[in-house]
Amino acid sequence: MNRQYIIRRILIAIPSLLGISVILFGVLAMAPGDPFEELATNPAIPPEVRMALRAKFGLDDPVWQRYLHWFSAMVQGDWGFSFQSRMDVDRLILQRLPVTLIVIGASQLLAISVAIPVGVLAAIKPYSIFDQIASTFAMIGFSLPTFFTGLVLILVFSIQLDWLPFVYRADINATGWAFYGEHIKQSIMPVVVLGLAQAGTLVRFMRSSVLDVIRLDYVTTARSKGIGERKVIVRHVVRNALIPVVTLIALQLPAVFGGAIVTEQIFRVPGIGSLLIAAILANDTPVVMGITFVISCLVVLFNLIADILYGWLDPRISFR
Amino acid sequence: MADTLLDIRGLKTWFKVEDGMVRAVDGVDLHIDRGETVGVVGESGCGKTVTARSVLKLIDMPPGRFEAGQILWQGRDLIPLDQGEMNKIRAREIAIIFQEPMTSLNPVYTVGDQIAEVIALHQKLSPKQAMAGAAEMLRLVNIPNPQKRVHDYPHQFSGGMRQRVMIAMALSCQPKLLIADEPTTALDVTIQAQILELMHEMKDKFGMAIMLITHAMGVVAETCQRVTVMYAGKVVEEAPVEALFADPRHPYTQGLIRSIPRIDRAVSRQARLESIQGTVPSLLNPPAGCRFAARCKYAMDICTQGIPPLKEVAPGHRVACVL
Repeated sequence: MNRQYIIRRILIAIPSLLGISVILFGVLAMAPGDPFEELATNPAIPPEVRMALRAKFGLDDPVWQRYLHWFSAMVQGDWGFSFQSRMDVDRLILQRLPVTLIVIGASQLLAISVAIPVGVLAAIKPYSIFDQIASTFAMIGFSLPTFFTGLVLILVFSIQLDWLPFVYRADINATGWAFYGEHIKQSIMPVVVLGLAQAGTLVRFMRSSVLDVIRLDYVTTARSKGIGERKVIVRHVVRNALIPVVTLIALQLPAVFGGAIVTEQIFRVPGIGSLLIAAILANDTPVVMGITFVISCLVVLFNLIADILYGWLDPRISFR
Repeated sequence: MADTLLDIRGLKTWFKVEDGMVRAVDGVDLHIDRGETVGVVGESGCGKTVTARSVLKLIDMPPGRFEAGQILWQGRDLIPLDQGEMNKIRAREIAIIFQEPMTSLNPVYTVGDQIAEVIALHQKLSPKQAMAGAAEMLRLVNIPNPQKRVHDYPHQFSGGMRQRVMIAMALSCQPKLLIADEPTTALDVTIQAQILELMHEMKDKFGMAIMLITHAMGVVAETCQRVTVMYAGKVVEEAPVEALFADPRHPYTQGLIRSIPRIDRAVSRQARLESIQGTVPSLLNPPAGCRFAARCKYAMDICTQGIPPLKEVAPGHRVACVL
């Protein structure tokens, strides 16, 4: 693994982020809706005041000027001001981001740690009973939308069994272990819903990837060396089979954020997704811009991590 | 028989497919003595590779299955052994190299890692010592600059060099038998000669026996002491190499030898190279009698009635033909 490869990957990420920000800004500028719409219908506020406010926030400038303005401020750490919440966008996002990151991170970990072993075991004994069961569950996992599985879980575990809370609360009146316990308890359902949807696709992918690798010549070579079957699978099959799966995980990340937005709505998780939806409904452009840009940054970051992992898993790539 | 290492008796390795059983290896007898080079020849699909892989039990089961027979390794039958016991024999006593050097090495590990893996496993050495052993093996197979090359990945080697790496890996535990499954087929001619030369050299150094699987009669003539000719899952002739070339008894062997291009004849006669007419019978439903009967120009009625057994026609020369 060479440093040059990593540096090159990081440098490529910069222009893609710039491009993304231009597109996001352009699309938002073209979108209908005006943050001061409310004021227009309010008879107490004369049109001149509204116009003055628009001018003050620079809403009447040409798009490219507004973009440059936004960009230079963003680089300096000023992400704008939320019309709706009356606070700085960066503070608003930072308040909400950790919850989302924890939910998404935990669900990804869950998905990966379930899907990889299940996919490998299913592939080692294809068409066995285990494989059939795993494939059936995987099929269910990726064909059911999260809003459906989420509601089913709420029905079963919150309403019927009353084990888990169905509303995610940010204000828990507890300290110490009880505080963390409550947090974990209320995170279980959103994490499971999001994680299992992911795991379904990953199981299918891992299984076929292992099946592809397991019949390759070098696996026979490994067996001929007298290495135990378990070690053959872990060292010589799984590592090679992971290469395409890492790509899949990175490619699916935008979909995971999409899923997270829906899941946050269902469970009322006070994360970035519910903030985004509220901001869109209120035409709160700076917030929408800020959140979508943060999500883009995260997606680019994880693609970068995937690229680096890729270079580690497959030495042929980093040499090119 | 002097000091037999490997003695395959009546081996039948069949594969279950949707339409029934493919009798890929159907009653093969073959023995290899200590330090001897035995060629196994025959056309594609005659069961050479399956025989070789059966010895190390590298056949996927299912769909493969040992239907009958014994594989005696120094007197001990390998067929009933479990994975763990087989793993003590693999690489340490019997090693194998394959046809495709381009795909036989794992692309994500350095060649040093892959050779050291075997050394560390069977000789109980530390990773560092094993790596030094790997470099030493690379030096033995004439790879230049072995201390540096151990840290390179397979894609940084050419085909011939990779086959050298495979040989280095196979020999790293000094096996008593090296099975070479068409080791030169995927290489170009000059490299083929080098690899055969190297195998010869290694044999002198380590004194192991070689089971050389090939379809090239020329390779057999140059390197082997004894030859077993296979056809459609069965042994049709077995002889010392001189006897086989001087006096081939089975019509199939005769055909194989006549199909070798000969520099001294091609010029004088404007004839085309001879070939054996017809195709290999299906191993799913093999014909009742001699499997070569349909393509044999001497075929008689009795050929289709029963399978002729191997019988000795001269010392060490056995043929499965009624003629």
